[in-house]
Amino acid sequence: MRFHFKTSYDQDIRLFPDWWNFSLYVALLLLMLVLPWLIDGFYLGEVTNVLIWAVAGLGLMLLTGQTGQVSLGHSAFMALGCYSCVNFMELGLPFLAAFLLAGIVTGIIGAIIAIPALKLHGVYLAIFTLALAILADDLIVILEPWTGGVNGYFAPVIEIFGIEINRWAAPETWYYLALGTSIFVALLYRNLLRSPLGRAFAAVRDSEISAQAMGVDVARTKTLAFGLSCAFAGLGGALMGLFAGAFNNETFNFLIAIQLLMMIIIGGLGFIHGAFLGAIVIAFLPQFLSILTDNLGSASIPGLETGVFGMILIAFILFEPMGLYGRWLKIRTWLELFPFARRDMFRRQKTYLKTERLR
Amino acid sequence: MSLLELDGVTLKFGGVTAVNNLSMSVNEGEVFALVGPNGAGKSTVFNMISRFYRPVRGSIRFDGEDLLNHRAHEIANLGIARTFQNIELFERATVLQNLLVGRHRHRRSTLPEQLFFAGRIRAEEREHRHAVEEVIDFLDLQVYRDKMIAGLPYGVRKVVELARALATKPRLLLLDEPASGLSVEETQDMRWWIDDIRRQMGITVLMVEHDMGLVSKVCDRVLALADGAKLAEGTPAEVQSHPAVIEAYLGTSAVSKTANAQGERV
Repeated sequence: MRFHFKTSYDQDIRLFPDWWNFSLYVALLLLMLVLPWLIDGFYLGEVTNVLIWAVAGLGLMLLTGQTGQVSLGHSAFMALGCYSCVNFMELGLPFLAAFLLAGIVTGIIGAIIAIPALKLHGVYLAIFTLALAILADDLIVILEPWTGGVNGYFAPVIEIFGIEINRWAAPETWYYLALGTSIFVALLYRNLLRSPLGRAFAAVRDSEISAQAMGVDVARTKTLAFGLSCAFAGLGGALMGLFAGAFNNETFNFLIAIQLLMMIIIGGLGFIHGAFLGAIVIAFLPQFLSILTDNLGSASIPGLETGVFGMILIAFILFEPMGLYGRWLKIRTWLELFPFARRDMFRRQKTYLKTERLR
Repeated sequence: MSLLELDGVTLKFGGVTAVNNLSMSVNEGEVFALVGPNGAGKSTVFNMISRFYRPVRGSIRFDGEDLLNHRAHEIANLGIARTFQNIELFERATVLQNLLVGRHRHRRSTLPEQLFFAGRIRAEEREHRHAVEEVIDFLDLQVYRDKMIAGLPYGVRKVVELARALATKPRLLLLDEPASGLSVEETQDMRWWIDDIRRQMGITVLMVEHDMGLVSKVCDRVLALADGAKLAEGTPAEVQSHPAVIEAYLGTSAVSKTANAQGERV
């Protein structure tokens, strides 16, 4: 058994509650830093891909997991982030500035687009955002001078402080860029969680009516959630497009948005860890399946990936709605309480009392 | 001096008049109860004060401020906190996080400060936590501090909701059926707490309650409603013995029967 003794409010405010937790994350960071020396270029590229998905996933997680607003249109904001980053670079801005600016611009535009969607709930919001994603596809084709249309763009050369970030010549540079971005975004996310705004997000998710009664401006909170979420998704999209090397309207197909949503559900809605765990599943599943089909001696089966992915999602919704991280939390609690864990500890009480009719 | 004043308030849902020309005033520092049969419009009055509903006629003033000029989320900022009849807590958060949402109106830090956790935010969070801990101590919620709401029993949720309202440091507290669904002991606790909220914290309390035992013990004044209109107002004893109130609760025949019975005896 482990006991959490709290002797100061700061233990709940600072990033890491105790030394044990802190050293775990330091160890993880060290492992991530030396990873390029441990695995070869191909797998390093895959890990980079995981981190990029995680950045975009954190964006959607903030909106769907934290604020309870579903979005099937985040591919549109990823595209926006990517194209604005490239356009800023063509205007002569250094990569880092263009990258951050792209995130900010995507966030602002996302917040503006969110305003008409504020009154929408559940399935209507999903349809609204899905329409955005499909619209984005056409817009990319129409706005050819800035997007290159169907021919797309070749990613420009990226330099940070004189170091060239090249996927083929030096995969570790791209890896560190993705790692840095994901740590940066995760840190911002974590900071929000321990601030009034993060609590307001959760309040809007769980009960809009009582959030209002506590003084939370629901419309403003949702707009901010959309803005921040789109900003993160924009950063993720910029990395995804640039990492792919060449991108056009197909790169940010609405299927990407759906995949992103499935990813955070599998990872665990509402947890930072969930975005990373989901990203691992989504990025490694194709590799895993192709190795599997190779070993079974069959040719590649079209649509296998999507099928297996869908089945995994259904299994999670049925058997573990809290996702991979939720499962880990249960295992961890069981271990910490051993031998006193009770079987039904995580069973949620059903409540039939809801004053939703007040709307 | 009256803190909250309703003047000629009327609310209609379609053809139904939920509240009809209701006037009342709650004085600073008193405990005031709204009683009445189900559907009398008690909770509707609360929802108008919280600005979830807008009355078609009449005015609601709080400390001289016209509440109808404010939107629902601004009401908490004026110093009015409330609980709900069917508990409305943030289910997927801990008790502590729920109470910290109550501190929302006291936040001062800007978005960049929160995003980067820089500047005054750290000191502010300590301050919020301190205020919340005082409420936790007051209502004996220490054991439940880090528990998720989703797993808590009904009675505890009721107290957590009261705590969340207190965490906003209100001047006026609206309690919608604070004792419904509570055991005898829990109702006792609730009674002491309401007394202390008034005496120690100096908070004015307006509550809706069916338990006349509780009402007569903690309330200074009671207003009885039926079908959205005022029946009687006065001390708990006065209201309870008012013929119109007895009629609304027990029906006309009951009144005439008691009257007849009394007549026969004479």
